[in-house]
Amino acid sequence: MSEENKYWHILDEFEPVEDARTKETLDVPVDASSRRNFLKLLGLGTASAELIASCKRPVEKAIPYFIKPEEISPGKAAYYASSYFNQNEFSSVLVKVRDNRPIKLEPNPKSVINPSGTSGKVQASVLDVYNVNRFNHPTKSGEKIDWATADQEIVTQLRELANQGDNIILVTPTIISPSTQKLIAEFCTEFNAEWQVYDAIAMDGYREANRRVYGNAVLPEYHFDKAECIVSIGCDFLGTWLSPVEFSAQYAKRRDLRKGTHDLNRHYQVEAGMSLTGSNADIRIRADKNEYGRVVTYIYNHLAAKNGLPFIESKPPTAELAENLSGLLSDLVENKGKALVVCGDNNPEYQVIVNGINQMLKSNGTTITWNNNYNHFQGTEKSIDTILKENIGAIVLWDVNPVYNHPSADKVKAAIEKAKLSVTLSSLPDETSDLCDYVLPSPSFMESWDDAEYKKGVVSVLQPTLHKLFDVRQAQETLLSWLGNDTVWREYIKNNWLANYYLLQTTTLDKDRFWVNVVRSGEFVYDVKSTLLTYNFDEVKKALVTVSKEKVVDGFVIELVENINIGTGHGALNPWLQECPDPVTRIAWDNYASIAPSIARQMGIKNGDVIKVGALTIPAFVQPGQADHTVSVAVGYGRTIGIPKELVTGVNAYPLSLIQNGFRLNSVVGVSIEKTGEFEKLPLVQGHQSQEGRPLAREATLKEWKHDHHAGNEMHEVAEHHATSLYPGHEYKGHKWAMAIDLSKCTGCSACVLACNTENNIPVVGKKEVLAVHEMAWIRIDRYYSGEEDNPEVVRQPVMCQHCDNAPCENVCPVAATNHSSEGLNQMAYNRCIGTRYCNNNCPYKVRRFNWLDYTGADSIPNNRYDPANLTVDLSRMRHNPDVTVRAKGVIEKCSFCVQRIQEKKLNAKLEGRQLYDGELQSACQQACSLNAIVFGDVNNPESEVAQMMKDPRNYHLLEEIHTLPSVGYLTKIRNIS
Amino acid sequence: MYVSPVREPLINGEKSYKDITDDVIAPIHSKPGKFWYLGIGISSTVMLFGFAMIAYSIWFGIGTWGVNRTIGWGWSITNFVWWVGIGHAGTFISAILLLFRQKWRTSINRAAEAMTIIAVMCAGLFPLIHMGRLPLGFFIFPYPNTRELWVNFNSPLLWDVFAISTYLLVSLLFWYMGLLPDLGTIRDRMKTVWKKKAYNFLSFGWKGSARHWHRHESMSLILAGLAAPLVLSVHTIVSFDFATSVIPGWHTTIFPPYFVSGAVFSGFAMVLTLMIVTRKALNLEKYITVGHIESMNKVIIATGSVVGIAYITELFMAWYSGVEYERYAFVNRALGPYAWAYWIMMTCNVISPQLLWIKKLRRSVGFTFVLSIFINIGMWFERFVIVVTSLSRDYLPSSWTMYKPTWVEVAIFLGTFGLFFTLFFLFIRVFPVIAIAEVKSIARSSAKKFIGKSVRNDQPEKH
Repeated sequence: MSEENKYWHILDEFEPVEDARTKETLDVPVDASSRRNFLKLLGLGTASAELIASCKRPVEKAIPYFIKPEEISPGKAAYYASSYFNQNEFSSVLVKVRDNRPIKLEPNPKSVINPSGTSGKVQASVLDVYNVNRFNHPTKSGEKIDWATADQEIVTQLRELANQGDNIILVTPTIISPSTQKLIAEFCTEFNAEWQVYDAIAMDGYREANRRVYGNAVLPEYHFDKAECIVSIGCDFLGTWLSPVEFSAQYAKRRDLRKGTHDLNRHYQVEAGMSLTGSNADIRIRADKNEYGRVVTYIYNHLAAKNGLPFIESKPPTAELAENLSGLLSDLVENKGKALVVCGDNNPEYQVIVNGINQMLKSNGTTITWNNNYNHFQGTEKSIDTILKENIGAIVLWDVNPVYNHPSADKVKAAIEKAKLSVTLSSLPDETSDLCDYVLPSPSFMESWDDAEYKKGVVSVLQPTLHKLFDVRQAQETLLSWLGNDTVWREYIKNNWLANYYLLQTTTLDKDRFWVNVVRSGEFVYDVKSTLLTYNFDEVKKALVTVSKEKVVDGFVIELVENINIGTGHGALNPWLQECPDPVTRIAWDNYASIAPSIARQMGIKNGDVIKVGALTIPAFVQPGQADHTVSVAVGYGRTIGIPKELVTGVNAYPLSLIQNGFRLNSVVGVSIEKTGEFEKLPLVQGHQSQEGRPLAREATLKEWKHDHHAGNEMHEVAEHHATSLYPGHEYKGHKWAMAIDLSKCTGCSACVLACNTENNIPVVGKKEVLAVHEMAWIRIDRYYSGEEDNPEVVRQPVMCQHCDNAPCENVCPVAATNHSSEGLNQMAYNRCIGTRYCNNNCPYKVRRFNWLDYTGADSIPNNRYDPANLTVDLSRMRHNPDVTVRAKGVIEKCSFCVQRIQEKKLNAKLEGRQLYDGELQSACQQACSLNAIVFGDVNNPESEVAQMMKDPRNYHLLEEIHTLPSVGYLTKIRNIS
Repeated sequence: MYVSPVREPLINGEKSYKDITDDVIAPIHSKPGKFWYLGIGISSTVMLFGFAMIAYSIWFGIGTWGVNRTIGWGWSITNFVWWVGIGHAGTFISAILLLFRQKWRTSINRAAEAMTIIAVMCAGLFPLIHMGRLPLGFFIFPYPNTRELWVNFNSPLLWDVFAISTYLLVSLLFWYMGLLPDLGTIRDRMKTVWKKKAYNFLSFGWKGSARHWHRHESMSLILAGLAAPLVLSVHTIVSFDFATSVIPGWHTTIFPPYFVSGAVFSGFAMVLTLMIVTRKALNLEKYITVGHIESMNKVIIATGSVVGIAYITELFMAWYSGVEYERYAFVNRALGPYAWAYWIMMTCNVISPQLLWIKKLRRSVGFTFVLSIFINIGMWFERFVIVVTSLSRDYLPSSWTMYKPTWVEVAIFLGTFGLFFTLFFLFIRVFPVIAIAEVKSIARSSAKKFIGKSVRNDQPEKH
């Protein structure tokens, strides 16, 4: 390595000099002692040692495409039409896929069922795919086993048992997939098996009532948009009942003063616990759960008397209740043919009477139709009875969890344990799969092929958007394998479609094209012939007699309800759903016993006091509007298996539910309340219930509004009149983004909250942090009560960053991390934020969120992560939207008006050389809102809907009197009360 | 020259110039007693624990504190404003009282200034550690950078950065400038060589020459001139943090004078607390006399009354403005869930100092000590009420919530006490607690030895 060079002049002169060194000398480093070399080596050594020691580089896992797949462009999302069906919740969706990862579900605008939005559960389901608790390989008694061996062993046993005459039972939840139904039928024939359908929350009482009255055991279609008068008796049709997203959209159509008719529907709700639907009703009438029977009878009798039809003498409900119901009754009479009465009780007797009422009101054919009937909720109590009564040879449990959600869970457990062969076909461990000999895990719905006929006449396809993450197999593939059928499951579905639906269409002759079209659009619609109804009055009479003989039991009634997010218990495994507060109580991460304020005062019970109610020991929550003798408890909590310890929360209320005459009634009568003296703080995200007389969520009655469109919004003009400033305002030459929210339409379902979570990578903080008031949601739904605590009026207001033009947060940030864009956005530069929280203090809307701890793993300090829900492991991280920065500890974050979406659409328009058109750009919250309560757009475009809404006399800005000039407008809530 | 006996002497006992030097320097010469060791032992332990908790909260995040979604600032900013307030008395005494030619300031200005500097150091800690990302805290300085990022000069928090750092710097210079002649005196008395050298270095080779004195005097005046407006500006700017915001209870134009008088109020209370103990412990009762205490108590009545009027004005304005948010904020202060804090504040800050109108109490050392503690507590609660109560219930009731500090925040606050006392204990061992040269300058006019006597205006005695 000598530095001495010999220069050569012509080529001839250049001769390679022979190495004169001998073998021995070669081993000795040449000129090793040279000072310059020594320094060089020293420098190199030190530098590389430092590099190696100090900069520990993470292993890069990204591998570039050798041949780029046609569908994938890095940085661009692909959308696939698919469907979601889980626990009787259905949604036709578009799956947004970025770099081979499904990251978001969006409503399929071409769907005939729910084109305008999805539920929160659907939004949060992305996280279910990347659940770290999923089974990742088949097991036998807890030991890993390979598929072939498992199949062979199980099939041998099944055949043996079938030959011995032992019964083989397949338990599934409601299956709405026509192809799967066909496959199961084949399986049952082959193995002489019984197929039982079991649902955690059943609606078999409705089917039974329809069978009795109309001879048709179906769930008909309801049209809330066609009803002038809706009477709901304990029926949470906007939250959890039958098809809430669809009903919400229908409901919103009749709450739209801008586009719809100026005659809003009138919604009466008679109920015990305050439900989401009840909190939106124009008139809410309080009645205990055990009075529902008397209420429906009373309504029936009244209408019958008016219509000159025979009626049975029955005890009227209390005088007070009778008085409260008088308005309802006269409205029903007036709106004959345009009314709809629904009842949320699974008691078939009640449903029979409700059928009688609707028959008198001539609802059939108008607000209730019997063509596109619902196919879900097929489960019956017979399923578990079969398990309990007979000696089981083999039991195959497909995604059901009766050990958790059946009242006789212990017996079910014993029966499964006693079975000679038990197999589970679910994707997540649960209380039931824990007992099974074989666990044959299935993938999530985003890794599966399937089809679904949610409503008769509308068939949709589910297609995988993600390669199977683990060594899992779809349950259908498992059945095919057991049947010895080599057909690929996708082909099986296709063949089934070609055999059944291909013939029902005329658009294409090409079978493959038909299939491709279906997969591409997601849904296939065919005509259904209407069924002729025969009304059986005798059944109604019988039911009236039965119900009128109902005994009144003293004591309290426990009403089991569903939480809109947690549902039957599936949501308990999803940290997003757990962290989204209940829209009525605003409590996250827990269940509780809601009790009436009067009872609470009488017994000296405060929020969080642990009480013993019936068989439950549970913290109490004082719920305004709760009926005096009803205690409402949400089911779905208290899961213990298949759930990380940190997520275990609440009490399992399923064991309380009562089975009466073969139908599950979600209530227990005759219980007492006792204080235990213990206290458990409830994770309440909104502690204050009243608006304190402030003009925040403004409202007026329909009559007032008709008289003056500014009704309830008189403040707006005053504020506009006084608005003045010494400083020049911002100038927006191009776009000016804004949002308008119609408070008349918002029901508070929280789909927007969950959509925002998914879109914007919002961290989950867990129960402890929610208790510390550290929740992170960018959009929240404020809920205020007014009037009497016994039966208050409720108003809701979604609040996100208001993107003020005169933003108090912007001028106080010392480092200008939050600033104003040329398009009116209040921006956050996370990199620049040093976390003084001054902006948050100075925000009058308190919409800014601080990363209190290292929730995401993005912090540069090691070993300080706070991640109770396990969402920072590699698998869960796959859910992240790559367009949105994952925020580090110590920075403020907040609603960005989905700036990444704005940018994407603007770029698309620019590439196509056109202007953005109105409605093209939707924020995540707007997109998920099935009621279209949220409208986002450009107010600089006078044609845009948001600009129109801003001009509406109902429009106002939150806290407009302090001159923050928000870009978000609210439209007053109009109640249809006389 | 004849010194009238009308005025109370500022130096009691027959103290000659030599006695003054001897008395003040005694603690530096002698070995510290066991109380000193005990004191510094406890305070440094508490300080280290506080520092450990600071490290803990930087490591794990501000989530280890009780602050939340609605109340972004809790104890940290309460403590910050409180400590800054404490840090007002020193410069007020040495600069403003110097400009007003108040002779009584000479006995207390040194300790008060030291207290100021230490308090400002304690205060300065809080805005730093309350940041979510302290390692990036340097973003707050307007330094040139390739990313062309600049700070936001609209933000009062940025003004704070400059206000506090300027104040600290000027106070430090002023204090040190005053120390120079005394350091020279100590050097002259030191027997040990290294100590002599050290003090010589610290005194910048002070010779006591006329030229030195001339420069010293003029520099002191310039610094006093600079420091005097700073006394007013620092807390004015701290008050802007609140006054320029939109939060009801913060958004108040009365804040600057209210904060400044509150700061002087609390500063004097802290000076009293410290001096009453120090004069006893270091046998300086002859120099820090009951007359001094009374003078300070008079400042306390004055500033305390201003504060009281400010509180009442706030209430009046809240009602008079007709703004419902503003009204609610004050009703909530007095009657809401944090009413206890408000009434502690009212009792300690408004009612208790009014007792000082009684001369007997004003001149009672014991009463003054208890009262000064009361005022310290009351002023802390004032800041707590402003910061926490206002935030806890602002505009949207949906976000209203409560705040409770965690033990981490409590430990950090205690840690700053540890820091304060550790440095104060070191100070009384290393530097003269009383400005020797300045006290001597008033001895002839205000020392008991000379009062009521006709003194020959000749050379001062040798010391």
